[in-house]
Amino acid sequence: MTPRRLTRVAASASTLVLLGSLVACGSSGPSGSGGGGGDTAQVWALQDTNLNPIEEASIERFNEQSEAGDAELATFGNDPYKQRLRTAIGSPQAPDLFFNWGGGNLKEYVDAGKVEDLTPLLDENPELKDAFLPSVLAGAQLDGQYYGLPMRGMQPVVLFYNEQVLDAAGVSVPTTWNELLTAVDGLEAAGVTPIALAGNQAWTELMWAEYLLDRVGGPEVFQNIRDGKEGGWSQPEVLEAMTMLEDLIDRGAFGSDFASVGYDVGGASTILAQGDAGFHLMGSWEYTNQLGQSPDFVTTGDLGWTAFPAVEGGAGDPSNLVGNVSNFYSLTTDSTNKETAREYLSTALTDDQYIADLIAAGDVPPVTGVRDQLEQTENADYSTWIYDQTVEAENFQLSWDQDLAADEATEMLEQLSLFFLGEQTPQGFVDAMAG
Amino acid sequence: MRTGQQRPSAWYAAPALLFFGLFAVLPMVLVVYLSFTDWDGFGFPQPSGAENWSRLVQDGEARDALWLTLVLMVLSWAVQTPVALLIGVWAAGRQRNRAVLSSLFFLPLLLSTAAIALLWRSVLDPNFGVTQSLPFLDRFNFLGNTEIVIYTVVFVITWQYVPFHTLLYQAAARSIPVSLYEAATIDGAGRYKQFFTITLPLLKYTVITSTVLMLVGSFTTFDTILILTGGGPGTTTRIAPLYMYITGFSGFEFGYASAIAVLLLALGAGLSLVVTRATGFRDMQSQQEGV
Repeated sequence: MTPRRLTRVAASASTLVLLGSLVACGSSGPSGSGGGGGDTAQVWALQDTNLNPIEEASIERFNEQSEAGDAELATFGNDPYKQRLRTAIGSPQAPDLFFNWGGGNLKEYVDAGKVEDLTPLLDENPELKDAFLPSVLAGAQLDGQYYGLPMRGMQPVVLFYNEQVLDAAGVSVPTTWNELLTAVDGLEAAGVTPIALAGNQAWTELMWAEYLLDRVGGPEVFQNIRDGKEGGWSQPEVLEAMTMLEDLIDRGAFGSDFASVGYDVGGASTILAQGDAGFHLMGSWEYTNQLGQSPDFVTTGDLGWTAFPAVEGGAGDPSNLVGNVSNFYSLTTDSTNKETAREYLSTALTDDQYIADLIAAGDVPPVTGVRDQLEQTENADYSTWIYDQTVEAENFQLSWDQDLAADEATEMLEQLSLFFLGEQTPQGFVDAMAG
Repeated sequence: MRTGQQRPSAWYAAPALLFFGLFAVLPMVLVVYLSFTDWDGFGFPQPSGAENWSRLVQDGEARDALWLTLVLMVLSWAVQTPVALLIGVWAAGRQRNRAVLSSLFFLPLLLSTAAIALLWRSVLDPNFGVTQSLPFLDRFNFLGNTEIVIYTVVFVITWQYVPFHTLLYQAAARSIPVSLYEAATIDGAGRYKQFFTITLPLLKYTVITSTVLMLVGSFTTFDTILILTGGGPGTTTRIAPLYMYITGFSGFEFGYASAIAVLLLALGAGLSLVVTRATGFRDMQSQQEGV
């Protein structure tokens, strides 16, 4: 072989190798199994160190006794999951069952014709439908049809407080908005930040906006905006709620550093536990979070919790909750394992062992009749309170950033962070969102 | 055999061309195509004509983001160049203490961008950060104050990249022949005179190389800011690449995000062309002929 020929051979060989590796890149699916099209139902969920073992065990039990076929779990991180699901759902790589938040987030998929209507399944199995709390099941209900079944605990947003700090400042736990304002002034006079806020990401600020809007205007306001009704954002209730929120911010309720406090790094939670702030509005998971991060704060009984204050004269019922209603499993229309998936949905999510595992992990499952089980847990005070709140809630509004379509939610979070910085007025917020 | 230099067979270029075609040209063509469509990630992109482009022209947020990118570019260049030049020339000396200290200065080179951004985020945290227990510094909220945060970002980027540029200057300064300095000393030139009349002129092309790298580098900076501030507070540090990312992967408006990407692509290519033309980067020649 002449040297010249040798180089030609070497060049084409490396070209081939390159091509080969490209082809290999293109075909790797989740967990290497290529997603749908196989005879194993693919279940997609979020990575979660608490929940994943429970989901895994549930699928294993299902596979042992299932008649239709086997299922398999694949998990992803939060942001990659949302991106991956979007692009996979219309392709042969699509999962059979997928984890979602219900509401407007699910609506996008339903509108694109990608989600199977589960109403017939619930009609055939009335005991399955009755097993779930109606207000939670409604979280995945769109235009009267059910598109998902709850697969984990409820996570309403709760107003947490540091009892020691409140006592020292001579402030009582507020039940109305005006009492909250008084409490804020009292705490400020005592030299502590009244409310801890992890404002480096806007979803924590959103909790204040969405609860206030609910108390002022009730669930219909959210619905009009979600359904894209003409003038949805310009409803007077939105402006009223944002004006009240501006008043709260201007009073210095959140201190001056909130814009750089992160939730993921434990910022706001530590501020509350250390006694540098009086209140902290956060999802119900904050309790488990505090238990892990500052166990003494919880066991001494200094960590208190209460419902979001009522607004005098507001249209929203004070029992209303806002937050992550639950997470749901939905079935894709393109699924090739619908029988397996339906069997899983109708048997595994209400399975006694699954519910017991969830409770042991600190979740409060949206299942009727688990109050007795919750009472026997270590944190019975808290978990039964959460359970009662959700059972008694007149409405459970899904977190707004999940309830709106992705592009609108992104815009809203951005406007909200400007609003909290004082760079956007209530009217400006309304105009920006309505425009 | 023919006379003259034998060039390697064209086949040599095949792997490189294939690689470039699949990972650079193909995505560019696709992103141009996507910029003329409306695509939310479901199904197939729907052609939407020039809709994304007319939106981009009127988008005040995109303008702000581009302006911010420019500010960041100029600021990081203006801060990094003198610092890297001075440390580089200093480190070129062969004294032992300089060798020890320069190896310390180069430490940030060993850290990944994500690690650096996370590190500074914790150091500058307004509640638990190190700066909060230091005198004077504790009165600033480096990541939360909308007027300070851009300088914080420039500082972190500088901290990360100065070692690399220092290395360039150190190598270049070491290649300056000692005889030039010896001659200058005999002629009575002092230390500063030597720096400005020998060192600096002979480092001209290194300055240009380092400038091109800095400008193009900060034009595409993304990960540091994503982790350090996430574009916040509000939109104070949301530079153009981050705006593109948020539009595409939080808002799922892939069509519009592609239009922003095409604009960035054009600006980036234009920038390198202008810089290389204006500085004579293309016809760089040895500065040491006859030495």
